[in-house]
Amino acid sequence: MTAVASGRMVNSLTTGRLPRGSVWMLLIGSWVLLGLVFLFVQLSGATKSFNLVGAIFLGTVLFDVLIFVISLLVEGVRKAKDRLVTSLVATAFIVALLPLVSLLWTVVQHGLGRMIQPSFFSMSMRNVLDGSGGVVHALYGTLEITLATTIISVPIGLMTAIYLVEYGRGPLARAITFLVDVMTGIPSIVAGLFAFALFALLTGNPGFRSGFAGAVALSVLMIPVIVRSSEEMLKLVANELREAAFALGVPKWLTVLKVVLPTALPGIMTGITLAIARVIGETAPLLIASGYSDSVNFDLFSNRMMSLPVFVYTQYANQGSIAEFFTARSWAAALTLILIVMLLNLAARLVARIFSPKLGR
Amino acid sequence: MSKRIEVNDLNVYYGKFKAVEDVSLTIEPRTVTAFIGPSGCGKSTFLRTLNRMHEVIPGAYVEGEVLIDGNDLYGPGVDPVLVRRQVGMVFQRPNPFPTMSIRDNVLAGAKLNNRRMSKGDADALVEKSLQGANLWNEVKDRLNLPGSGLSGGQQQRLCIARAIAVSPEVILMDEPCSALDPISTLAIEDLIEELKRDYTIVIVTHNMQQASRVSDRTAFFNIAGTGKPGKLIEYDDTNTIFSKPSVQATEDYVSGKFG
Repeated sequence: MTAVASGRMVNSLTTGRLPRGSVWMLLIGSWVLLGLVFLFVQLSGATKSFNLVGAIFLGTVLFDVLIFVISLLVEGVRKAKDRLVTSLVATAFIVALLPLVSLLWTVVQHGLGRMIQPSFFSMSMRNVLDGSGGVVHALYGTLEITLATTIISVPIGLMTAIYLVEYGRGPLARAITFLVDVMTGIPSIVAGLFAFALFALLTGNPGFRSGFAGAVALSVLMIPVIVRSSEEMLKLVANELREAAFALGVPKWLTVLKVVLPTALPGIMTGITLAIARVIGETAPLLIASGYSDSVNFDLFSNRMMSLPVFVYTQYANQGSIAEFFTARSWAAALTLILIVMLLNLAARLVARIFSPKLGR
Repeated sequence: MSKRIEVNDLNVYYGKFKAVEDVSLTIEPRTVTAFIGPSGCGKSTFLRTLNRMHEVIPGAYVEGEVLIDGNDLYGPGVDPVLVRRQVGMVFQRPNPFPTMSIRDNVLAGAKLNNRRMSKGDADALVEKSLQGANLWNEVKDRLNLPGSGLSGGQQQRLCIARAIAVSPEVILMDEPCSALDPISTLAIEDLIEELKRDYTIVIVTHNMQQASRVSDRTAFFNIAGTGKPGKLIEYDDTNTIFSKPSVQATEDYVSGKFG
């Protein structure tokens, strides 16, 4: 036996290696360890509830250190560095996900119970004094205002992007790019004040509020996002396709309309959805320009119009005599808003898949 | 269906940079003319001036005359779109439209121009163009699949079918075979041989065997050095260029002594 074993040549290309699966064991072990630590902290009475987020985060950090040290001892410097960087990338991923998952979980926990009550999607807040009441007025308002914003912003933003990519040359194009960049940085409250001032001047009535004014305020925020994202997508369309169309005797505007736009459409759709998701949760401009209301208002052009973010804010900020009713509605409305954005994103994925170029192999 | 091209004292510029200097030549109808020369000598640039594709690049312009059957391409009031409908072009890399099916790619010239066409006419045009490009038998059962799913050689022939579907007078080819394997190259060379009966063809190539195989006349371009403009050195029958050229530089280039 020993003769056979020593007779075999040791392969000089091998190094020590961590056993298969040990990395995962180590990660789970670190989480369990920190979980126990936080359990003791909770039992000792220092915290009220178990800190899961803290356990996962600190457990991952502990894992980063452990994997580096163990790999250094077993596998050598190069492998250890590789493991360290890999685990740091994973840590970054977890750090990015933790707040998102934690937030979603908290909102679902607090909001779901109230949201599935029948009154929530069948009533407005008109004359509601008890724990019933719902978001119908705010839901209509949000959908109408967002739709109006999209109808205003998409043509302007898309055409600006087409101008910048296909036609714009020299100082004018540079000036537009600069202004779009400046617009991206406008604080949303300023956009709201702009729309409020604009409509106050136009109507001569400083108390004028309407859903449309809110839509104008949101457009100020949405247009630069659409210009930027569409511009990048249009730039990605290969010049060869434009030249192929020109060589067939197709005029420039038809080339843009029928070759460049369809090719860039999936990306543009994604950009538009992201822009909608960006403005649908805006509170400050709507609070100023569209105001606050308890009743359903379908007319975009006159009277105050409620929206979901403003609903969340006012329910929380102006709590009545029984605070739980108001906070419950606030959480439920926040959950509704998140669900709408999620649905929008799913729809955009679907649209992008339907329109994307197919490879028929 | 084919026209004579006459070029007089043409200078081509990219902004301040003069890319091609003093080219004068005449291309007869129903012939294949090959442009050969080292990289950067202006063959492709010159080719693109023959259907006003050159000016697509910002800052590019042209001095001189290009006459197609006596009509100046660069005369006042000439619409480049009309020029390009007469002078088709096939590019170095196959570039079928990725959003369109094989059938729509062939019909692209008509469809993109919003031309109305009955289904019967469209079917006939698709079949005629694909047969003209020797592609019909390979794709007739999958006309509604995307063009980007074809092989490189098939894609290039699809681009040729797309170019001849708009019935141009002249077809320009900018190194049409440089991205293809020898079999696909042979298919395209055979095709050029057939297309010659109906069209005036101008082809840019780096492959001197290809030039000698397919072309009737050959133009040799060269540059004196980097940053200098490209010039037409010699233009003659292909046989003459490859057997007893009158300029030493041409002989050096075609015999492989060059650089």
